[in-house]
Amino acid sequence: MNGAQDMGGMHGFGAVLAEPDEPVFHAEWERRVLALTLAMGATGEWNLDASRFARESRPPSEYLPKSYYEIWLAGLERLLAERGLVAPDEIAAGRSLQPAKPVRRTLAAGDVAGAVSRGSPTNRDAPQPARFDVGDRVRAKNLHPVTHTRLPRYVRGHVGTIARVHGCHIFPDTHAHGHGENPQWLYTVSFDGRELWGAEADPTVAVSVDAFEPYLDAAP
Amino acid sequence: MSLARDDPRAGDHEHGSELSDTQLRVRALESVLVEKGYVDPAALDVLIETYETKVGPHNGACVVAKAWSDADFRRWLFTDSGEAIASLGFTGRQGENIVALENTPDVHNMVVCTLCSCYPWPVLGLPPVWYKSAPYRSRAVADPRGVLRDFGFELPTDTRIRVWDSTAEVRYLVVPMQPAGTDGWTEDELARLVTRDSMIGTGLPRRPEDVTR
Repeated sequence: MNGAQDMGGMHGFGAVLAEPDEPVFHAEWERRVLALTLAMGATGEWNLDASRFARESRPPSEYLPKSYYEIWLAGLERLLAERGLVAPDEIAAGRSLQPAKPVRRTLAAGDVAGAVSRGSPTNRDAPQPARFDVGDRVRAKNLHPVTHTRLPRYVRGHVGTIARVHGCHIFPDTHAHGHGENPQWLYTVSFDGRELWGAEADPTVAVSVDAFEPYLDAAP
Repeated sequence: MSLARDDPRAGDHEHGSELSDTQLRVRALESVLVEKGYVDPAALDVLIETYETKVGPHNGACVVAKAWSDADFRRWLFTDSGEAIASLGFTGRQGENIVALENTPDVHNMVVCTLCSCYPWPVLGLPPVWYKSAPYRSRAVADPRGVLRDFGFELPTDTRIRVWDSTAEVRYLVVPMQPAGTDGWTEDELARLVTRDSMIGTGLPRRPEDVTR
């Protein structure tokens, strides 16, 4: 979706302010939000792409004032409500008001280390050969889905070159919405800075995105 | 603190009451999730401990130091980054497909996630606030030299800049250039030179005179 999360190339946010000796967390609730998000993710009641969509699919006026962990919290609350696991009135009350719904798995303390070091690989067997190879010129499609996508606006319609081929991966655009893993070839596509930002742009800059095959057309 | 106004030094004071509301809400949410049996409180503590103390940029510093001191590892790192990094014990969540990027006198690499906060957790830990903020996500792809200036570092005008926007599940680790005058240093000594920002591409390693061997 063309939401506030798709920030590449926007103006007006000012300078990057790095905090010297920044702590990992700035408040106790941030620790808890991280842990709750990961532990609920481990139940298997939704996938990573669905959680990204739950975070980003809100009005820009709501997305931008939030800190990143506030966005995670809002996304988690939405996923819990949508799946009937926790209703907003239960969070307001601070206690369970309706029976728990069974979840597929519960992450035990003893299983955390294994789960963290295994991760959730997205690589899948290729259903068909790759359409593009390193060096091929491609044009990012001019797509504007209202659903989840990982093709940022700033490359749409622009021509780049395949720089790397990463194999086949779960396709976020379908996976986020319960329409299956639908594995697709994934490529790093490199764009000249002037192709993206105009003739006056810095000629020493190249920018790449990782783009799934359905995002790309062959370019002459 | 917000994405749009990301100064963490100002945030806590200005929004003190907001933060305590959030604190209360998170506490309420946690109580409900525990009461319903969806999460194990002990697992939450282990997750926090993992990302607060075990997984962090010291992991990435080991990778970079080894790449500086061991030519065979360096070759492996740039041909099969995932296997080479896994051989040091760094694998898993948000790092299932890691690619190491080689900085040279001609090319400077810089990593961003314009769409959210994708970051190579097994080697760098959780991302800093600025990495997830609107100023960085908006400008890294359009004005990378300006962003580097925000970090107080001016890249030579003839060095090419390669910005990697992590838009899928590939995660990138920048391997900065080894500071001059550090030949013969041990891996442990070299690791002390490696900063988190130098592995994102927004900073340089420490100077040899700034660390104790």
